[in-house]
This record gives sequence, structure tokens and C-alpha cells, in this order.
Amino acid sequence: MNENDVKFIEDSFKKYYFNHFELIHVPERTAEREFGFQKFNSGMTRHISIKDDKELHLLLMKNIPSDVYCSNAYYSFPNLPMNEKDWKEADLIFDIDAKDLNLNCRSNHTVSICNDCKTISNKQIQWKKCNSTKLEEKSLTCKNCIEKSKLEVKKLFEILIEDFAIDKNDIHIYFSGNEGFHVYVYNSQFQKLGSRERSELADYILFNGVIPETFGMKKFKPNRALFPNFDERGWRGRFAKDVFDSKSKRSKIISELITNGYSSFQKKLEDVSTRIGVKIDPNVTMDIHRIFRLPGSINSKSGLTKIYCKNITKFDPFLEASFLNEDTIEIIADCPIEFKLKNKKFGPYDNEKVTVPTYAAAYMICKKLASIS
Amino acid sequence: MLALGQDEIAKYPFLADAGQYLKEQGFTLEQFGTDPDLIPLIEKAYNRIYAACEGDPQSYKSDIIENQASNTASLPREVFSFLLSIVLLKLTGIPTLAKRFALNEAMRAEAFLEKDLKNISTDSNELPIKIIEDLFSIKVKKHNDFFVISVSDYIKHSIHFHEREWKLINRHVEDGFVFLTPHQTVRLVRKELGTFITSKILTGKKPSMISGFEKFVNNLISYSKKFSISIVDSGEYPPCIKHAIEILEKGENLPHSGRFMLATFLLSKGRLVQQIAPLFKNAPDYNEKTTLYQLNHLAGTSGSGTQYSCPSCEKLKTQNLCFIIPECNNIISPLQFGKKKN
Ligand code: SF4
Ligand SMILES: [Zn+2]
Repeated sequence: MNENDVKFIEDSFKKYYFNHFELIHVPERTAEREFGFQKFNSGMTRHISIKDDKELHLLLMKNIPSDVYCSNAYYSFPNLPMNEKDWKEADLIFDIDAKDLNLNCRSNHTVSICNDCKTISNKQIQWKKCNSTKLEEKSLTCKNCIEKSKLEVKKLFEILIEDFAIDKNDIHIYFSGNEGFHVYVYNSQFQKLGSRERSELADYILFNGVIPETFGMKKFKPNRALFPNFDERGWRGRFAKDVFDSKSKRSKIISELITNGYSSFQKKLEDVSTRIGVKIDPNVTMDIHRIFRLPGSINSKSGLTKIYCKNITKFDPFLEASFLNEDTIEIIADCPIEFKLKNKKFGPYDNEKVTVPTYAAAYMICKKLASIS
Repeated sequence: MLALGQDEIAKYPFLADAGQYLKEQGFTLEQFGTDPDLIPLIEKAYNRIYAACEGDPQSYKSDIIENQASNTASLPREVFSFLLSIVLLKLTGIPTLAKRFALNEAMRAEAFLEKDLKNISTDSNELPIKIIEDLFSIKVKKHNDFFVISVSDYIKHSIHFHEREWKLINRHVEDGFVFLTPHQTVRLVRKELGTFITSKILTGKKPSMISGFEKFVNNLISYSKKFSISIVDSGEYPPCIKHAIEILEKGENLPHSGRFMLATFLLSKGRLVQQIAPLFKNAPDYNEKTTLYQLNHLAGTSGSGTQYSCPSCEKLKTQNLCFIIPECNNIISPLQFGKKKN
């Protein structure tokens, strides 16, 4: 990002932080958390401890960070180096990102930017112009991406409540500020679990590492009675609903499964997994020392806010997560994909001078698809 | 401490306080070394250790038959042989023997525990449930034919298992609890039971020699040479490798994937096939010839001539061989462990 762009983005972020501090949720037990931030074109500053809202506000105004982070972990000494912090426990966190969902729509709204010759293309073709390998992909998330991510969030929500008995008030869902959702679980029986244990939880949620025996299938002499029923709880119940479709088909399908044999059942499980497994990023869940984007802060990949979702079904990030101001600005936009923010359509732009509101300009500049003219 | 009945002590002798038990029975340790009537008890203890270390518990003649002591007189003999085993192992001071003995005792107790668990009503005050609660701080509740424990307690223990059936996904989970059979419940704590018994042997000072015990202790020391694994200084090894070595040291079964990881890792670190082979000699299915053959194959000194490389961390994770700690610090292969700076 060039200097003018940085200055423009920083100005607009600063206005946001000044006007919308009420949106920035300082997490509970603030003093036990590690904070960190990044500035444009520079590295990460972490191991910061903050007392209260006031201190956080001050840090934001003083540094105007591009991104702000806060640990899901609680430490005795959050500002000391990692091995001296004295880790106490950590909230359980989940990251669901549309880019991990293998959606067909992705190719329609993903562009490649060549970092050598600065050409932007939305075609998945071999780079002819300069033969560079330094291609960067940028996606302008679409409605489908968001809706499909929501489905994953809902699947996760159900497992957390049904299988793990988490109180629904202890589950907080945030739009990540870019292409997905972040889910926090507070006060659960999992607070003190380490990384390996959390990775086991992640596998459970992902439907990873499952064996046919769990669903009644055996190598030798399979027994019909061991196959799951519709009304069972947990994965057996979800498996039954997905595979048998309806109660009346159960018997017939079990016969088929038994006839097709053990290894075919294993393949079936892989196939089932893509539907009923929840596509969380396991690396986030198993990381107990992570600093995770702070709720209410802006995501510099998009200029959108990581915002709390009161009602996930109705939530529309293009409407509810865009908080930068309306002042117009002239930019040169090379954005081959149309997008919609705050109910207004923008683009496509073919390397042209346009005047747009700040929130739209910031969106494109953050995606490296525009520059201040 | 739990209040125990006589045959409960015989089944779970590690729950007894040794000093107190001897006092109550009116004996001192010295008597066992000198009184000709008591010496057979040391022999019994010696056999108990030997059978355990050989991985052949059948060769030890227990006085407990069918979950019950064979007669009242035999009860104290059973307890004494355990307590004297501990004394012998303390005097010997060799961790490998202690660990092998402990693992075997754990498995023995596990069998009793399972039977006792099957027989309880719903009273959570019953001994098997108390043992699991007191020793391992796991709250167990009986629910029809199952025992339920919290998901978090379950994972803390189950992650030590390599078999896929132990993964949480392959368990019945409901309302924050995992449902287990009596067998699974006790199997879950075997490792900790072993650790608990090991700690009884290895903590505290090494006692001074008791007259009459020397012969047995010396026999044990020379016997233990069979198990010594001297080539491996695992100080700077990553947790996955350390864990694999630990399993072999205890004579437990390391899955094929684990052996592959360990061998390729050590070969890459410049160890020779001849140095690595002894590592596997404690494995239940050890065969010197095949081990050397396989190692040479991996080293590329036979067969195709290509040396196999150590699997990536990612691969090891899927095989449940990874025991990641912060020091692993985003490395992609165990070979990088300790090289990358924070
Ligand atoms: S991260 Fe790699 S080195 Fe560390 S324990 Fe796992 S597999 Fe071994
Ligand atoms: Zn899309």
C-alpha cells in the first residue's frame, strides 16, 4: 500500500475509532489478557496488557492500528514474554471462513493480483504478461459465501449445545470482518484444556478420524441392530438423519450398506463428513496462545468491522459491518467485480477514476484493488 | 486415604500405606530378610517383579482367584508380596524395572476394577468409583449399563491412546458427557494407574540395604541389563519422539507408524542402524533379524537404496503421534525441533 493510501485508510480508521468506541467490546477480565496490534506496512506489536476501556481507547487513538488483537487466554502476567506469562486458561474459539468451504461461487469473485506488474485479473489463466509467480488472491465475498458460512455456524452451535451442554448465553458469534465468523465459548468445562485436547475437540466437530464401527458397521458379520436410530443424540443421530433421509428408508439403506461392505462404508463416511462435519479451522481452536482479532475492531483486509451478531440468520455484513464514513473520495479503481455495501452497488471498474464514499473506497483499497488518485 | 477391607487391599495393594500396614500386621521389614519363614515372601515378591517385567503375568502365582482371595491366610501374603516388590524395586533403583512392574500391576488392578465396576449398584460411594475419583480426579457416574464422565476429563486421558476408537468422535457424547463401558472406563486410567504406582516406587530416598535382601536386589540389577537402552539421549528431542521412546522403554506396543517415525528421525540425526535396533528390543513382538532388515531398508542401505525421510508434523498429527508443545513453534517436521528461534 502506498503512503497516500495508508494515510487515507488511517484517517478513516481513526474516525471510526473516535466515533464508535461503544462498539469495541473490551473482553471480561481485561487485565489478564494479552493485547497486540499491527500498523500498516509494519510488524506485530504484542505482549501488551491493558487495564480498561480507557487505556484501550488511548492505544487506538495513539497508534491507529490496522488490526487489533486480544488473547483468548488468561494469564497472570500478560505483558511478559510467552514462557513467563503463566497461562491460566483460555476461552474456546472457532474460526469459520468461507474460503475453506470449497464453494463454487469462489471463482466468480476471486481476483489475482500480480505483485510484479500490478495487473489484476479475475481469470484463472496462466499469467502471460510478466510470467511472475508472485500472485496474490483477493476475494470480494459474496452473499452465498456468507450464507454458507452461517450454516456452518449453526451446525457448530447445535453441537456445542446438544453434545457439550454449553449454555447458549455463553456462545458469542461475531462476523470476522472479512469472509467468515468467529465463535467464542465462555465458562465451559474446556477452559483449562491444552492444545492437544482442543485439537481432539476440533476433530470431533470436524467429524475427523471416525471409524465405521461407531456407526454399527463391522468388518465381519455386521449386525443391523448396531446401526444408529433417527432419534439418537450426537453424531449417530446426525449420521442417521443424513444417510437414511427418512425413517421409512432406514431398513432398506442399512441392507445396502451391509451389502456394499466395509471399505465402501469408509468412503461413505468421507462423503457424509463433507456434509455434516463443521468446517472450522482446527489450528485456531487448538491454539491456546493466540491473539485473536478484537471484537469491534476493523479488519484491514476489508475495512469492515468484526461485529457481534445478535441474530445470525438475519445478519447481513454488507449492511451491518460497514462503519466507515460517507465522505466521498476520488480513487483509481481496478476492481473487476461488482460489490454491494450499505445497499449501494459499486463496480466493476476497469482502471478508472471514480468518486465513491469512504467505506467503499477503503474496501477496495484494503483489497488492493484501488488506490488514491 | 480410603478405608479398605482386607480383600480390597489384596486387589488394590497400592492403596495401602506400606509402613502402617506392616505395623498393623506386627512385622518389620528386617524380619522378612532374616526370618526363614518369611523369606519365601521375598521370593514371591521377586517372582512378581520378574513376571511383570517379562510381560508374562501368568507365571506369577497369585493367591487371588476369581476376584476373591483363595483363603484368609493368603490375603496378607498377596499384600506383602506387593509391598516387598516395592521395597526391592526401591533398593534396586532402576526406573525401567519400576515402570514395567507398575504397568503390569496397573493392568492387574484394572482387571479387578473392571469386575468391581460391573457389580456396583448406583451408589457413587462404592470403592471402584471412589478409587477413580480419588486417584485420578475423574468424576464418574453410573448411568444404566454405562459410566459417564465429562468430555474434558475424557479427552485429558484419551489423547494418550493411539487407537482411533478412543477418539472422542467415536464415542457416544451427550450433554457434555461421554458414555463408557466398565472396560473402557478402567482402560482410560491405566496409564495414570501405572504412573501412580511408579511414583510409589520412585519417589522418596533410596533406602539403605536391608540384610537378606541383597541377593534379590543384585539379581534384579543384572536382570535389568536386558532392558537398558543407552544410546538415546532424548534431551533435545521433540515430544513426539520422546513419547515414542517412552512407550518402548516401558515395553508397550508402539504402532508401526510410530516406529517408522522414530527410526527415520534417528537415522536423519545420524544414528546408525546398529544403534537404533536395541531401542525396539522391549517391544512385545521384537525379532532382531526383522528389525535390522527393516531399519536397513529405511536407511537405504538395502533394497531400493533411497533413505526414507521423517514424516511431517502434519502427517504425525493425523496419526495421533504428535504431542505438540509451545516449543514446537510452527515447525513442519520434528527434525526442525529446537532449531527455530522464537
Ligand atoms: S509439532 Fe511436530 S515436532 Fe512437535 S510434537 Fe508435533 S509432530 Fe512432533
Ligand atoms: Zn462466494
